[in-house]
Amino acid sequence: MKNVKYLLLSAGTMILFALSIMSADHIDAPAVTGGTTDVTDYYAFQSPTDNNNMVFVANIQGLLSPAATGDAAFDENTLIEFNIDSDGDLKEDMVIQAIPRDGKMIVFGPTAATSIGTRSTIKTSATRVEVDITGYGETAKVANEGGIKVFAGPRDDPFFFDLGAYQAVLGGTATGFSNPGTDTFAGTNVLSVVVEVPKSMLGSAATLNTWVATKTKR
Amino acid sequence: MKYRNILSFLALALCFLFVACGDDDANEVTVDFDFSGEYTISDQMGRPAINTVFVSALNKDDFNTTVPADQGGAYADRFESRLLALNPGYTTNALGLDAATFTSVLASDVLTVSTEGTTTFFDGTNVLTGRALADDVIDVELLLIFGGPDGSANAGLTSDNVASNDKEFSSDFPYLASPW
Repeated sequence: MKNVKYLLLSAGTMILFALSIMSADHIDAPAVTGGTTDVTDYYAFQSPTDNNNMVFVANIQGLLSPAATGDAAFDENTLIEFNIDSDGDLKEDMVIQAIPRDGKMIVFGPTAATSIGTRSTIKTSATRVEVDITGYGETAKVANEGGIKVFAGPRDDPFFFDLGAYQAVLGGTATGFSNPGTDTFAGTNVLSVVVEVPKSMLGSAATLNTWVATKTKR
Repeated sequence: MKYRNILSFLALALCFLFVACGDDDANEVTVDFDFSGEYTISDQMGRPAINTVFVSALNKDDFNTTVPADQGGAYADRFESRLLALNPGYTTNALGLDAATFTSVLASDVLTVSTEGTTTFFDGTNVLTGRALADDVIDVELLLIFGGPDGSANAGLTSDNVASNDKEFSSDFPYLASPW
């Protein structure tokens, strides 16, 4: 929070306004901006190291300056949930859940979703893999159990975009983008959860509809 | 004297034995972390930048907490209005989708992922089969919003001219680059 303020103030109010307009999903809505549940980005792709595996990435708490990254932490009341619809009805059939506890990220699933929609309980009977959360400046700590790999910790924000130019276009002060553009997210970090699972654990559908959600304990 | 020493040793040994047994017992009944309770939606996303581009300020929190199955019905019309405000000359895009069709696809904010091969937002051949780290998703979306049927319209608006990340991605898990 402090670092976000610093970044925004140092960049000026124009950027503050610009950031509220568009940035993947970074700080996209008032209720979550700057909080531990703010999803900044989501990725899902075939593993670069094994065509039989799928990788899911959730990034939260974006725009962390290097100075603020060491203090950024996952919240034990925030469940990070990958949702997977395999029959095309846009309702999750499977979930992969990640919840931090005592310095570890604990991942359950993939497992059948039983509570569909806006509320979830943690599927403690599902396949479970734990990894020590990697600290800022530490070499990435990776768990690899039963074909499932897990990482949790700070990473460079992989998103890239000239947000300032986009805002200038929308604001009528520019008629097009600059060339070369300026990556607004250069030099900033996020907190990442990366889970790689065998595709065989995701059913047999040729196409999956997927999304990530953060859910808080009430 | 010697006898007493032996007794002491035995007592000490027994002591260690019990402690060890006690530890084993404790491990068997270790209390796990508390995972109880219900967790309620706070934020969600499928495709990049959908909420930020297409949802008005007043509705952003609502969009983030509406399940994907309900998003299409609630937001398709609003997305179409927003698209036509961004690009009043929109006819179709490079996917051949008219405004209503394109925005009805986008309103259900899920990321489609192929389990059978290349996963990319767009690589010139495959479209919306996933999202890889290096995908220039903003250029894809700008092209589909502003580029017209063959991608050539509004040339100054179809790329932000930032084509890659500021750090190299890793070829090994967890693939994302180490933090700054």
